[in-house]
Amino acid sequence: MKSPLFSTKVDAIEPPKIKIDFAEVRKEGVVSLSVGEPDFETPWAIKQAGVEAIQNGYTFYCDDLGLPKLREEIAKYLKRHYELSYDPKDEILVSVGASEAIDVAFRALLNEGDEVIIPQPAYNSYPPVVALSGGKVVNVNLREEKQFRLQPEDLEKVITPASKILILNYPHNPTGAIMEKGDLQKIAEVCIKNDLYVVSDEIYSELTYGKKHVSIASLPGMKERTIYISGFSKAFAMTGWRLGYIAAPREMIVRMRKVHQYSMLASPTISQYAAVEALKDGEEETEKMKAAYNERRLYLIKALKAMNLDCFVPEGAFYVFPCIKETGLTSDQFVDKLFKEEKLLFISGTGFGPLGEGYVRISYAYSLEKIKEGMVRLGRFLQRYRH
Amino acid sequence: METKDNEKLLELLEKDSTLPTDELASLLGLTPEKTKAMVEKVKAQGLILGYQAVIDWDKVAEEKASALIEVKVTPQKGIGFDKIAHEISKFDEVSAVYLMSGGYDFAVMLERKTMKEISAFVFEKLATLPSISSTATHFILRKYKDHKIIMDQEEDDKRIERLL
Repeated sequence: MKSPLFSTKVDAIEPPKIKIDFAEVRKEGVVSLSVGEPDFETPWAIKQAGVEAIQNGYTFYCDDLGLPKLREEIAKYLKRHYELSYDPKDEILVSVGASEAIDVAFRALLNEGDEVIIPQPAYNSYPPVVALSGGKVVNVNLREEKQFRLQPEDLEKVITPASKILILNYPHNPTGAIMEKGDLQKIAEVCIKNDLYVVSDEIYSELTYGKKHVSIASLPGMKERTIYISGFSKAFAMTGWRLGYIAAPREMIVRMRKVHQYSMLASPTISQYAAVEALKDGEEETEKMKAAYNERRLYLIKALKAMNLDCFVPEGAFYVFPCIKETGLTSDQFVDKLFKEEKLLFISGTGFGPLGEGYVRISYAYSLEKIKEGMVRLGRFLQRYRH
Repeated sequence: METKDNEKLLELLEKDSTLPTDELASLLGLTPEKTKAMVEKVKAQGLILGYQAVIDWDKVAEEKASALIEVKVTPQKGIGFDKIAHEISKFDEVSAVYLMSGGYDFAVMLERKTMKEISAFVFEKLATLPSISSTATHFILRKYKDHKIIMDQEEDDKRIERLL
């Protein structure tokens, strides 16, 4: 007998819960503070490097692991910024965005029924990608009173003999939380003790405000059990170029390479030439964008505080994640009404899993003018719904 | 840190001098009290010379033009560059005077004058000053960016809405 027409794993993926009609958002008068992507265009010199690559005829496939020159630059960059040592020859794989990297990692590491621990709320693509690879999603709650930093005791509670991988995503989407070296050390101990591997999605690592980002892969005993994932989208405003990378021990890269080469063949060559420029000379531009994000972050925190809206102070990424429980509305109701009544769009916390209930995500990848207008509207809205 | 905050404060005010103290404070990450004190201090130090609005005069229908006049001078005994520059600066019509390196000595800016006013200024006032050996007047046809503000820039968010 034939199985059902469509993959049962695919059909088991729930459609996104967001009910907002995005066509409405384009209409005049709407202020959207929702998108999780830089509002800056790719810096000029990086764009230019892409244009040159096209003009000089670099329009062919490249090595399946990625352009050798780019892998070298990634290795140097990881050393320079995060004290990570990877061999560009066989410990780095250039992927089609960090998104593909996440997919490749799970496909290469998971066997049917392996448990993957996801701190919640979480970026919405982790659970489906894990499920498609046959993994079983196990949630662990991040607590606001712990600044949404994963606590070792919470992690230990969900570990079973089938636990294989822990996903870490700091700086964190959707909360903007970070984890400092001391926090990571405690998690590293639990991982080593329980033989857990870590898929560390550090795509926002360049965007921390005040405290320098630390990678769990840099801690003793962790390189061998960490799949480090990052990319060019957030740090260099290169979302549309679709370029990310994995750094991991070679026996892992060997497996991930198989998945990548047969599904993707290779990452876009032109984008990789642009990315070389980004890593060599783009840091000044990153700093400028970061300064702008920080200005907006400080403004938002202040504005939310002035409205007495309970909000933990985020130290990374470009999100704030205020708690809206006092309004008596659910997150979905809040976002829905806010959009209908004030033409202001946030993302409901439940877009990041059920544990996001009671919160909304505000993105500050928008101009200060937009954010200011948004806060005026939010203030009006809160006045109506406060008891 | 202090110097850096100070520089940042001046940059913010240069961009928008109408920012109220509490907003400045949140952008700087400082207390309103501290921010207020810093503003007082830079004012007292004479670092802020005035507050102006940036106006898109091209949108105001009027028959006026702006000009950049290149001025070459031959300094004479007792009359140096500074003295000549001050003389030029005194004219009401003049909105800016810069000492330049390169092919000429001063760049003199006139803003929003009629053709008649500009030519009268050049022939009757500027050219008659002692030490001025030649002038070349360039009319500004259109302003695309001024004071870091791009004119007529359409807001164009190319991103699409999606849950990320």
